[in-house]
Amino acid sequence: MKPRTPSANERPAEPEYQGKQNDISRRTFLDRFMVVGSLGLLAAVLYPVYRFLVPPKSVEANVSQVKLPFGRKEIDADPHKAKTFRFGKQLGIILLAPTGELRAFSAACTHLDCIVQYRLDMGLLWCACHNGRYDLTGKNIAGPPPRPLEKFVVNEEGADIFVSKGNV
Amino acid sequence: MRVPVKIILCLFIWAIMPAVARPDAGTNQCISCHQEIESEDGPAHVFVRDIHFQKGLGCQDCHGGNPALDDMEAVRTSTGYRGVPDRLAIPEFCARCHGDAGFMHEHNPSLPVDQLSKYKTSVHGMRLLQHKDRKVATCVSCHTSHRIADARMPYSTTYPTNLPSTCGACHSNQSYMAEYGIPTDQEAKYRESVHGKALLVKKDNSAPVCNDCHGNHGAAPPGASSLSAVCGMCHAVEAHLYDLSPHKVAFQQQGLPMCETCHSNHDIEKPSDSLIGLGANQLCANCHNPDDQNSAPRQIDSVRVYLARITAAADSAVRQVREAGVKGMMITDEEFTLKEIDQNRIQIRSSIHAFSADSLVPYVKDGMTKSMTVKTEAAALINEYYFRRWGLGISSIIITLLALALFLKIRSIGK
Amino acid sequence: MKVASSGSPKKQLGNRVYDWIDGRFNIRGLTTYMSHKVVPVHGHSAFYYFGGLTLFFFLMQVATGILLLMYYRPGADSAYESVRFIISDVSFGWLVRALHSWSANLMILMAFLHMFTVYFTQAYRKPREMTWLTGAGLLGLVLIFGFSGYLLPWNELSFFATRVGTGMVRSIPILGDYLMVVLRGGEEVTGATIGRFFGLHVAIMPALFSMLLAVHLLFVQRQGMSEPLSWQAKETQSKRFMNFFPNFIYRDLLLWLVALNVLALLAVLFPDGVGVVHWPLGDKADPFSPPPEVIRPEWYFMFAFQTLKLIPGRVLFMEGELFGVLVLSAGGIIWALVPFLDRASQHGRLSRLWVGFGVVVVTFIIVMTILGYVIK
Repeated sequence: MKPRTPSANERPAEPEYQGKQNDISRRTFLDRFMVVGSLGLLAAVLYPVYRFLVPPKSVEANVSQVKLPFGRKEIDADPHKAKTFRFGKQLGIILLAPTGELRAFSAACTHLDCIVQYRLDMGLLWCACHNGRYDLTGKNIAGPPPRPLEKFVVNEEGADIFVSKGNV
Repeated sequence: MRVPVKIILCLFIWAIMPAVARPDAGTNQCISCHQEIESEDGPAHVFVRDIHFQKGLGCQDCHGGNPALDDMEAVRTSTGYRGVPDRLAIPEFCARCHGDAGFMHEHNPSLPVDQLSKYKTSVHGMRLLQHKDRKVATCVSCHTSHRIADARMPYSTTYPTNLPSTCGACHSNQSYMAEYGIPTDQEAKYRESVHGKALLVKKDNSAPVCNDCHGNHGAAPPGASSLSAVCGMCHAVEAHLYDLSPHKVAFQQQGLPMCETCHSNHDIEKPSDSLIGLGANQLCANCHNPDDQNSAPRQIDSVRVYLARITAAADSAVRQVREAGVKGMMITDEEFTLKEIDQNRIQIRSSIHAFSADSLVPYVKDGMTKSMTVKTEAAALINEYYFRRWGLGISSIIITLLALALFLKIRSIGK
Repeated sequence: MKVASSGSPKKQLGNRVYDWIDGRFNIRGLTTYMSHKVVPVHGHSAFYYFGGLTLFFFLMQVATGILLLMYYRPGADSAYESVRFIISDVSFGWLVRALHSWSANLMILMAFLHMFTVYFTQAYRKPREMTWLTGAGLLGLVLIFGFSGYLLPWNELSFFATRVGTGMVRSIPILGDYLMVVLRGGEEVTGATIGRFFGLHVAIMPALFSMLLAVHLLFVQRQGMSEPLSWQAKETQSKRFMNFFPNFIYRDLLLWLVALNVLALLAVLFPDGVGVVHWPLGDKADPFSPPPEVIRPEWYFMFAFQTLKLIPGRVLFMEGELFGVLVLSAGGIIWALVPFLDRASQHGRLSRLWVGFGVVVVTFIIVMTILGYVIK
């Protein structure tokens, strides 16, 4: 068998050709790096978008009307026949009046901001801090409170209770 | 048309003649004369703003005499002239009208008519009527004689914010009060007290002032046993708990006034948790000793520990939430819970008045739970703050590397 | 064995895609035309990128705006709450909102820089008068974008600023009151105003802006980049150019990446803005509460606001405010018509007058803006 001798165009790379090869490989590396980098950027952008589009647990944002997390049954079952609830930045109190009507007020006493309670034995709203008293329309009738309690509007739809601000 | 004009002119002159012909009609000579001879703040000048004058009463209704006469001698000798009433006779003098229900009904039905009978029970009244003491307060000492105003008017001497000065006019005057042997520092103490600051600085008119505890017409220091009724009018929870506590009987036996024994009377300060304990400057040590054989030392110590624990928990919760807020996170929910924790601490401090360590336990547990919850939430917010910065850092690195690669690419392809 | 002689498999795929499209839409002529596009290279070449950066920020606005639309609810009862919801409850909601606020301000800043660099290189001259006019229109639309968007969170800040801003149209004679009522959706700023501004901000303005932008970009692509007058006069051999594809595009992309990084930094480190460019959510708008001590328009309106404040109550025979509005409007109209007024530029010559006018305008705007913040 004849030994194979390398032909002209199979000659091993010459230095000048070698440089060009390096150039090409560097360029390819750069291109690959850019592709990877772009994919990384895309991921860094799309991940927050992906998370953003999934709504959080509390889907609604509304605070000028609030749907209470409990119904009339729960209020009736409560020994004090009243429950507090959150209304935006305020605390509210909803009570079951002797007439069977549901009434809701701001729970912050107008004197020094303590939280009022519904006293069944007194038939009125009472503030423990300085013995302030409000009747069941929210009017301040005894003690230090200078103003009535803010009254909220209560709407019942089926088993749900909706509380909203009075007209502003 | 000159005749109609003449007729009109005559009619006009005839109409105004009464006013012109009788210059004295309608003018109160007492006032007009006395205004000329008195200074700007004399009785005749200030009286026009007095409520009696505004109701249609004149000088003559109290001093008697004929207001139409402009001659002093004539006035003095006219029928019914009474002049200035003697100091000792003033209460009866005012009560002539103010104690007559039928009479007052025509002028102001809502005013009480029992001032004189109450006054007779007061220290002022008893000294005046029984000891003929001319120095004590009479009606005019507090209400003034000629510039009496409705007590609901801010310029009235009996308006709540003016009362400390009104009472203090005598009671803070050391030389005046020297012979009575009672302190003269009440007004000064009151002004520095929590109630005084509430009334005079914060303008809270519901804050108690002299007459709320002492009464006004029946002014007397509240008795040792009646203090609870007085303080308990506002501080109902504390008074109620106290009444059920062992302290009530113990204090009664020792003749110690409740509330005042620990909180003082005029210089009531905002109580501090550090007052509870058996240490040197602490209140409980006034009666209790560490080696007492009853349960008191243990309970006192428990209460002290509970207070310290809840304070530490609440304070660290507040700090944590504040840190999250300063870092720009939204802390409205957490601030809400902090308000609940504040309310809880008020409940704990009220419960101290039951003087039973066990009664505090449910409140302390509730407060600790809330503090823990809000601290966890705040910590999560702070973590989120750092997470955002980490995310920024990583994204920034990716972008920078990509930019660098692009820059090199630009260089490599040349211009 | 077949050896791929034309390059990597990726390039092959690219060619196959190109051939597929070309076979259907005959784009070869267009792509050949565009591959020959060149951009002049000179000392002020940096200015060429400002338009693209404005576009970048606009695209950011569109993207973040669409995301915000998922949760924002217009209306006096829900606007504020929905924004608060986005910031506090929605995952990365704080980020989307911060990006939207920052990008808005940066877009407007970039638009002004773009406009002024175009002005001072006389790029508005023939044949690019229409590009300048469409640009003026775009600037107007961008300012309306900013003004309408500002109200949407329905907080104290935006409520009172909108009240003052819309109140100013009253000074226009005859139509003033009508315009104000149409703008506000009523006599006062209410939930109805939110409705109108929302429609403006997410529907009307995007449609108008996109159309005008397409025209503007079409003109730029057709005519290429403007050459500065001094450069134009040079000999052809000494002029250097770079290819639009890929050299200019790569550089443009690089700047976009840098802008993205800056935007991300600002959005995370200063989500509520910083210094005078501040937009904390604060409290919900309450028409019955007293206005805050300092009501300020946004920084890009400040110079106009301050100018109006400095004009006396009555000038000549008319109300000061009307006079101010007329003067500012006249200034704007002159500015928009500069390509036609600057005769010298039409003939390829520099006009000292118009350069001076530009310097006066820029100085005026800067001084008035600073005064607006310094004077209480």
